This record gives sequence, structure tokens and C-alpha cells, in this order.
Amino acid sequence: MNEPLLFLPFIPLLPFFGFLINGLLGRRLPKPLVSFVALAFPCASLLLVLHVTYLAWSGSLPLPWSEPNAPAWISVGAVHITFTSVIDQLSLVMLLIVTGVGFLIHIYSVGYMHDEPGYWRYFAYLNLFLFFMTVLVQAGNVLLMFVGWEGVGLASYLLIGFWFQKPSAANAGMKAFVVNRVGDFGFLIGIFLILANFGTLTFSEIAVKLAANPAWTGGVLTAIALCLLVGATGKSAQLPLYVWLPDAMEGPTPVSALIHAATMVTAGVYMIARTHFIFDRSPFALSVVAIVGAATAIFAATIGLVQTDIKRVLAYSTVSQLGYMFLGCGVAAYSAAIFHLMTHAFFKALLFLAAGSVIHAMGGEQDMRKMGGLRTKVPITFWTMTMAVLAISGFPFMSAFFSKDAILAAAFAAGGLGKVLWFVGLVTAALTAFYMFRLWYLTFFGDLRDHDAHPHESSWVMLGPLVILAVLSVIGGWIGMEHFGAYLTPSVGARPEGPSGSLEYLLTALAVAAGALGWFIAHRMYHRPATADGLAAVTPPGYKLLAGKYYVDQIYSYLIVKPLLVLSKFFLEWVVDFAILGGLAWLLAGIATLFGAILQRWQSGNLRSYAAWLAVGAAAILLFFLIPYTLGASGLDFWARGR
Amino acid sequence: MNIASVHMFSDVPLSWYLLLSAALFCLGVVGFLIKRNLITVFMSIELMLNGVNLSFVTFAHQWHAVKGQIFVFFVMMVAAAEAAVGLAIIIAVFRARSTLAVDRIDLMKL
Repeated sequence: MNEPLLFLPFIPLLPFFGFLINGLLGRRLPKPLVSFVALAFPCASLLLVLHVTYLAWSGSLPLPWSEPNAPAWISVGAVHITFTSVIDQLSLVMLLIVTGVGFLIHIYSVGYMHDEPGYWRYFAYLNLFLFFMTVLVQAGNVLLMFVGWEGVGLASYLLIGFWFQKPSAANAGMKAFVVNRVGDFGFLIGIFLILANFGTLTFSEIAVKLAANPAWTGGVLTAIALCLLVGATGKSAQLPLYVWLPDAMEGPTPVSALIHAATMVTAGVYMIARTHFIFDRSPFALSVVAIVGAATAIFAATIGLVQTDIKRVLAYSTVSQLGYMFLGCGVAAYSAAIFHLMTHAFFKALLFLAAGSVIHAMGGEQDMRKMGGLRTKVPITFWTMTMAVLAISGFPFMSAFFSKDAILAAAFAAGGLGKVLWFVGLVTAALTAFYMFRLWYLTFFGDLRDHDAHPHESSWVMLGPLVILAVLSVIGGWIGMEHFGAYLTPSVGARPEGPSGSLEYLLTALAVAAGALGWFIAHRMYHRPATADGLAAVTPPGYKLLAGKYYVDQIYSYLIVKPLLVLSKFFLEWVVDFAILGGLAWLLAGIATLFGAILQRWQSGNLRSYAAWLAVGAAAILLFFLIPYTLGASGLDFWARGR
Repeated sequence: MNIASVHMFSDVPLSWYLLLSAALFCLGVVGFLIKRNLITVFMSIELMLNGVNLSFVTFAHQWHAVKGQIFVFFVMMVAAAEAAVGLAIIIAVFRARSTLAVDRIDLMKL
């Protein structure tokens, strides 16, 4: 039943070839050729994905499809790990998002990064990212997924620190890498636990083994699920490991759109959905996922209220929206989470790209306090951004209206803490609408506050992807939760029964009302006055707390970073460096000097003395063999016995 | 190897051959160590090689093994090659330094 799909490995490999060409030769290639390579390979990859989608849709490729004879990777004892791919509804949706949105952002980047000296380097990294991301999505076992997982982390690091001459960018890259290490540590422990308890890492085999033991719940499964969750909180920027994502905004804006909004940061959600059969067996782990998600959603949204950097608002918004997806996963509504993942990929990529277009228009300015009145200066950017703002705020019949509603309804219907989590989600929806419209008013309405700026609309290379994404942001949810959930059911299991009838309409109405409330407050505070800090006047202490981002960075700095630095300084500098390494070096040097002092006496330069030593040596060897011989033993045995 | 030849030489004991071989070798060693002239040193080396050759042939004869004789041919070959190169070096040294005393040729030290 599983026909081999020979072209399947090329979905990741094609961008990798692009990376190799641009990475190795890009410096010497003319710019148009670099652009061509950078766009052609992801485009080919996208076409392959579309082809697979067509095969699946036409029924000639039965899902789930998995590689029938995948090449072996690790084969030790009873453990066989292969380079296996899996194509099912879940990975197909994800592949479409990754390659589709990825390709659009590649196009946009051609315009955005046009005057950049490291143009070739940028596209090499971007292609590398697509390679690893598709590996992550296509992976049929946990270890291969981990390879992609680490790889996208690497690409993210390289792209955050793309302007590495800027210390803040280099530091942000490092921060992202280190914080992700914490999460990856959990993920790795989870992988080991899976291997120890299931004897396999292949998703389908784990699922089969779990299905064979319906009574197996909790215990070690909870441990595995929690370890995987730690990994997911790192990659998907959830509490308490979210701190790297806002700093990741130091990277170029298209990177923020692709990696830190649409695709990579959703890998945690994807991973939970992919391993849902483990989470399903551990109600405790699931509720932890839900609580982490809801807490992150409202926590990040409140910080987003007061940010003045346009990209930071969006970064906190991303953290908050990812919290929604975790909430969805936590109430076992995986298909709702993936649905929100998809619509979020559209509107958040659009928000970032439109913000990039605004930044471009302002000549690199990211501070919203200096913007304003851009509505007439950059009309297309304005309209596309408006679509995205309406979508994320849950305006009726825009994409997030459907997906966010599905998550909130699922949370409401879940027992236990469900109602509380639903309420938190509802408040977050109001906050979301508030900070998005705040951004919208500050950027596009009023008068331009920076009088030196001469805003101009971006080129069509950049506006084209904006328009496409705007259309997707509007219609992305029209498929409806019912159809989408039914489509994903073979992959992630059926959606738990949601509220129906009048209760369903009431919940929807409440969600829309929350969005409208957020808009109304934002309208009152930011429509006319030109200040970005309208909130500061309302609650000064609260504003200070939010502007300081709850001082989480400072707390981490004092609790973890500084003690670690002090300890490292003492331990590494004095114990390791001075005592161990230094001592060892001195010891070795001393031995060498001593032997040198003795041996240099032989180096007289006198030929006859050399010859004499040669003769003495030969005589010594002769004696070595002759003495035992005369004593009646064979040579080496005599000496070996030490007689 | 025929029986007659074995009997023909078997009158001379093995040890005589070996003693002669050792004596030749030691003469070579002593000459190598005490002579100053490079040419004489060189000749001492040849003497040592031929001392060794003699014991090779002796043992080959004693044990009826042809390998020893083959070794001798190899040693001769190497000695010939070495003589060609060595003499060339000696001439070059003499041209450069106008002496063949080994004590004066001591540039090999550090």
C-alpha cells in the first residue's frame, strides 16, 4: 500500500542545495543569480509539496503514508532508527504552511534585503532554515524530528545574529540559543525516556504500542509528556522560556516573520500534536500544557500593551498567540490548535511583513512614537496591515475569528479548570485587540511625528506577498473548524465535543465582544492624541511594571546568569584554567626541558661520537639477547619474567 | 644443494667462519670509530657489510637455505649504491671544505 515516493526527500533537500550554492559561492555570484537560486529551490520544494497534496487529495496517495524501506541511520541491538518520512494530514498541512509562507517571505526578502552587503549569506541561511524545518515536519521518528528541531535553532541563531557587528544582535542570537538549550535538554530526556520505555522512536510504532495497552496511563507517560513540554516551551517561547523571542527581533524583519512568527516557533505545537497519543494518556501533563498556554497568553499580551517598538509588540503578540495554541493542545483540541497555527501563520507573517514595509518606509525606524499618519503615505501596506489587525482581533469572518473561537470553545467545554482558562483566553482576546489597534492607530493615524522622515511605499516585490497573505488572512478560516477538524482527525484524533446550539453562539458573541471592547478602548486612547503612552496616565505603577516586562529578564539575570558567571569565573579561571590546564602545561614543559637538557649532550655534531653511541647501542641489544641465551632461556621470556 | 658439496666443506667447523665474520665486523667497527679520514671510515663500513655477508653465507650453507645467499646479493647491491652516493658526497665535502677529517666536519650539531 505504501508506494515509495522517490521525490519526497527532495522537499527538504532542494532548499539545502540552495543553501550550498549560495553559501559556498554566493559571495562571487552576481546578485540576480543569488536571488534566482534563493527563490528557485524553495519554489521547487513548494511545487513538490503541492504535488504531494494533489496526490493525497485525488486519492492516489493513501494517508498516512510512511516510507516503506527507509535507509537505516542507527542500528544498535534491537533499536533501529531510520531516515523515515511520514506524510499524513498533519504534516501535509504543516508542509504547505512552511513552504508556502516560506516562499512568499523569500520573495519579500528580495526587496527588503536588497541593499544588504550580506545578501547571499542571508539567503543561504534562509534556505538552510527551510531545509531543517521541512526535515522537522516530515520526520517519521522523534530523533529525526530532533535533528530538524536543532537545525532550525541553528538557522534561527544565525539569522537573529545576521547583523553580528551589532552587539545587541549578536547577544540576542546567543540568548535564543542558550534558552533553547534548556528546552532541548528536556526534549532530549523525553526522547531517551521514549526509547527506554517503547524501544522505538518511530511515531507510528509508539502509537501502536500505546493502543495495545489501553490501560497504560500516567506514570512514566506523564514524565515523557512533561519532558516534551519543556522542549516545546523552549522552541515555542512559552513561560518560563519565552524570554528569547522578543530579543530575537534584532534579526531582519522577514526573518521575524518566517522563523519567529509563522513557522519555527510553532514547532512546539506541532510536536505536541504529533505526539498527542502520549499526551492523551496523561491528563496531568495535558492540564499543565493548558495552564502554561493560558498563562503565557495573558502574560505576554499584557507586556505587549505598552511596547513602543513596532516589532516588539508583534513579538509579544506571537508569544501570546502561541499560548492560545498550547491552550488548544492542553484541552486535547489538537486540530483547533493546528487550525490556529495555520491562520496565525498567515496573519502574523503578514503583520511582520507589513511592519517591515513600514520600517522600510521610515528608513529603518522601529519606534511607533515617531510614526503616525502613514495611512496615506503607504496605502497598500496600510490596507494589508488592516486586514491582519482585524484578523488577529477576531473580527467576524476573518481567519482568527474561526480558529481562536474554536480554541476558546474547546477550553470552555473542557472540565476542571476549563472555564477559568476560557476566561483567561477571553481577556487575552480583549488585550490582543487593544494592543493591535494601538499599533494600528499609532502607526497609521494622526500626524507623522518624526519630521525628518520621508515615507515611501515599498516596491511590488514586497507588496505582492503582502497582498497574497492579506487574502489568506481573510479567507484562511473559511474552511471552518468542522471540516478542518474532520480532515485532521486521522492524524491527531477527534476533537472533543464542543458546546453547541445557543451556547456556541453566545461564546462566539462574547469573543467578538471582547475584541470590540479592546478596539473601543484603543480607539478612545490613541485615535486622536499623538502620544504612545496613553496607558501610563491611567495606572503609572502598572505601566511601569509592564514596561519593565515584569522584570523577568532582570530576575533571570540575578537568579541564573550572574551567579553562573561568577561561578564560571572562579571555577573556570582559577580551578580549570590556572590550576588544571596551566599546571598541566607547566608540567609538560618542565618534563620536556629536563629531557632536553640531558639529551642535548648527545648532539655533539661529532660523527665519531654518534658512531660510538651507535656501536654501544648495538652492543647493548646484542647483550640483551645473549645474556638469557647463555643462561639457557629464550631471550624475551627471560626479561619478561624479570629474572 | 647436493650431498657432495656438504661433505666437501664440512671439515671446517661452523664456528671458524663465524669467528672470521665477527673479526671482520669488529675491525670495521674499530676502523669506523678511530680513523679520521672520511675515505677510511667509508671503507670500514664496507668491511662491516662484508663481515655480515660472510655470516649470511655461512648460515645459508649450514641450514641449506638459499635465503641467506639472496640477502647477500641485496647487501651487495645496497653497498654498491651506497658507495656511489657516498663517494659523491665525499667529493662534494672535500670541494667545500678542503679536508676529509671527520672531526672537522661537525656542522650537524644544533
